[in-house]
Amino acid sequence: MAQAHTLNVNGKKLQVEADDPQMPLLYALRNNLGLTGPHFGCGLAQCGACTVLVAGKAVRSCSFPLAAAAGKEIVTLEGLGAPGKPHPLQQAFIDEQAVQCGYCINGMIMQAKALLDANKSPTDVQIKQALAGNLCRCGVHLRIVRAVQRAAKMMA
Amino acid sequence: MLNSTLNRREFLAAGGSLVVSFAIAPGALAQQSAPVKTVSAGEVDGFLAIGADGTVTVYSGKVELGTGVRTALMQIAAEELDVPLGRIKMVEGDTLLTPDQGATTSSVSISRGGMEIRRAAATARAALIGEAAKVLGVPAEQLTTENGAVVSPTDGRNVPYSRLVGGKNFSLKLDAKARVKDPKSYRLVGKPVARVDIPAKVAGTFVFMHDFRVPGMLHARVIRPPTMRGRLTSLDDAAARKIPGYVSTVRKNDFVAVVARDEWAAIRAARAVRTDWAKWEGLPEKAKLWEFVRATPVARDDVTQNTGNAADALKTAPRTLKATFDFAIHTHGSIGPSCAIARWQDGNLTCWTASQQTHELRKQLADMFGVKHDNVRCIYLEGSGCYGRNGHEDAAADAALLARETGQPVRVQWSREDEHVWDPKGPPTLIDYAAGLDERGNVVAWTSDAYIPQGQSVSRATLIAADLAGMPKDASHPGSIQQQLAIQYGFPNVRTVAHRLADTPFRPSWIRTPGRMQNTFGNEVFVDEIAQASGADPLEFRIRHLKDQRGIEVLERLARLANWQPRDKVSRRQTGNVVSGRGVSYMKYELVRTYVGAVAEVEVNRKSGEVRVTRFYVAHDCGQIINPDGLKNQIEGCIIQTTSRALLEDLQFNRSTVTSRDWVGYPILRFPDIPDVVIDLIDRPAETPWGAGEPTAAVVPSAISNAVFDAVGVRLRSVPFTPGKVLAALRAI
Repeated sequence: MAQAHTLNVNGKKLQVEADDPQMPLLYALRNNLGLTGPHFGCGLAQCGACTVLVAGKAVRSCSFPLAAAAGKEIVTLEGLGAPGKPHPLQQAFIDEQAVQCGYCINGMIMQAKALLDANKSPTDVQIKQALAGNLCRCGVHLRIVRAVQRAAKMMA
Repeated sequence: MLNSTLNRREFLAAGGSLVVSFAIAPGALAQQSAPVKTVSAGEVDGFLAIGADGTVTVYSGKVELGTGVRTALMQIAAEELDVPLGRIKMVEGDTLLTPDQGATTSSVSISRGGMEIRRAAATARAALIGEAAKVLGVPAEQLTTENGAVVSPTDGRNVPYSRLVGGKNFSLKLDAKARVKDPKSYRLVGKPVARVDIPAKVAGTFVFMHDFRVPGMLHARVIRPPTMRGRLTSLDDAAARKIPGYVSTVRKNDFVAVVARDEWAAIRAARAVRTDWAKWEGLPEKAKLWEFVRATPVARDDVTQNTGNAADALKTAPRTLKATFDFAIHTHGSIGPSCAIARWQDGNLTCWTASQQTHELRKQLADMFGVKHDNVRCIYLEGSGCYGRNGHEDAAADAALLARETGQPVRVQWSREDEHVWDPKGPPTLIDYAAGLDERGNVVAWTSDAYIPQGQSVSRATLIAADLAGMPKDASHPGSIQQQLAIQYGFPNVRTVAHRLADTPFRPSWIRTPGRMQNTFGNEVFVDEIAQASGADPLEFRIRHLKDQRGIEVLERLARLANWQPRDKVSRRQTGNVVSGRGVSYMKYELVRTYVGAVAEVEVNRKSGEVRVTRFYVAHDCGQIINPDGLKNQIEGCIIQTTSRALLEDLQFNRSTVTSRDWVGYPILRFPDIPDVVIDLIDRPAETPWGAGEPTAAVVPSAISNAVFDAVGVRLRSVPFTPGKVLAALRAI
């Protein structure tokens, strides 16, 4: 039987009906709530394309049960800013043109958000370490590191 | 209602409403009485439409794959028509609306796709000036164009394009002689214009293929065999049927899938299906892959270069060098597994796909289902980067089959394992080289013999669904992988042969820089070996054997950029476990276009065998540059992705199937190991613009190998350069 789960997403309380409380949060966000910023990449928590913030921590929503997310503060890429009103990280990724296909970029920005929340002026090495679990196949890494540095300066 | 004889306009009107916000030109939908839009690549209307509001819609058969080509094509069109960039709208890869400009492959989206658009725009501009001359009563020669209008500079009057042609057809053939703008007057081409897709991509509002939805759509997961030639012996879906949301199990011969109302239900139900398959162990032993390749029957030989008499010159040469190179099987490794949506209505198939070759896919799907090509429409939506023919087309065939079997629109999303195991693979490549040197170290003979799969002029890969379901199917022919085996240096006797093999272990396709990467790896390491044998500096040796001035300039600028120092056994003086080295590589793409020279800097750990690439220097000449920042982004991507391929990537398999099933089983380069990239762009505004998505990738494995030699004195002739291979080579000194 479908159960209702109340999620706190991007500052709004939203109801999600799901048959399986173990359904990964990713499917609730993408299919029930239409938040397609987080992407399905592996379903194994290996690539980071699905990353969202749950209670301030970067988590892999493809492997994070819906039931465990209920009641916690969830922030997705859409919650950071909008095209007309981007978050400094989003603006920095635009300024550095730090995208090729852009499929992984949700995870890069959300993981970087978690990093900058904890460390306001990271070194390049720290940024690379923080993003070591996020895969990019196009090879945009150098630009992504520059974008995170730029965002850190914008937010200082 | 749709029917089998419907015309383009009716099809558009019926099928276009779902995608109006993404792709379809507003004018085309609104004007029900407008003539049917041509998709002829010989007609201006094939490529361009100017709406009543002045919007210029560009119809491109070439599609954005994440390379920035959308923005570059917009720059080309806006420049040639003298309209602001913001007034350009792009429609890409919709087979009903865009000309077939060939697949988006081989780095020709600018040189072919862009130049066709430039010609269409130049023809249109000349026609607009001609029309304005009549309206204004001013001779055409005295008119110019600016900001979407024809302007008469003498009296300041102007006529907007929208008044001249707005909403109407041009009805003009593309004029190859139409005057194009003088590059000196360019305002958009050659400028680092910001990519138009990035703001939505970083905001999470961009609609990728994976994000697209169709009303009434069902979700499916395919259930692939546990062997690469699976034959289903039994199926039990009792447990799947109990999953809430389960709709049906589709079985057609060995094709199996589960369809459900929501995506998670489809995943759960697919996991609950029990299947048994016939045992199959037809793959070669991984450890004996190269013996298998060597033993495979040769279907035909492609002699790609035959200069002088290499066989005789080799026989009589006082000194000969021989070496064998191999290059592992690679998967595309798209971050997003393939995805597609299909819908059948009254015998007509609409397929939303991230295929890089929608026009070819349309024909393949039509052939698979035994319908006319006109009964299939493929609509392109951007997917995760594919870098060649990954699983996008197969997901499209899966969706098309499931939509037909269920009678409803179906979305198919592959799993990570589906993508790693079932995308077609970059085939294994084996090349034997020999060279003859005279007493003074001059090269008198060069031969190469490559062992690679067969190919045809049309690059296709078998659609998995057609194969498993026993439906009509194509063979797999990876594109132009014999390219770049011929050499760029002026040696007197040269013979290069691609032995096309009758069989290859996995369904082959093309992965970024197909063949050109493998062949350049062999060529550019072997030429380094020859330079070393003749006591020459490898960079100077290359320049000495080139006649092409642009190639020479690339190498000279590279030497300055990298502050190249002649190699005089520098490496042998280093002590300690970690030693550094530099290596050079150079190529002219397919010997006819983009020039790239690169220097790699590496650190080699003599104890662990680990190779670390710390920096790449690149000098790059692709003629007229459309967007220098987009170009740099592509060069950086080529370096980083190919460093990953050269150091790490080697598809694992057992006798039945692929065992590299995820990112643990097929690691790729991560942030801490990314090299720096330093680039020198050579812009030649007066020359033809060439592509850059692939060429730089060609030189990466050889530059790294040559740098490792510089560091530790061993030649790495087998990609990837794993620690085990490095240690084995060091032990063999």
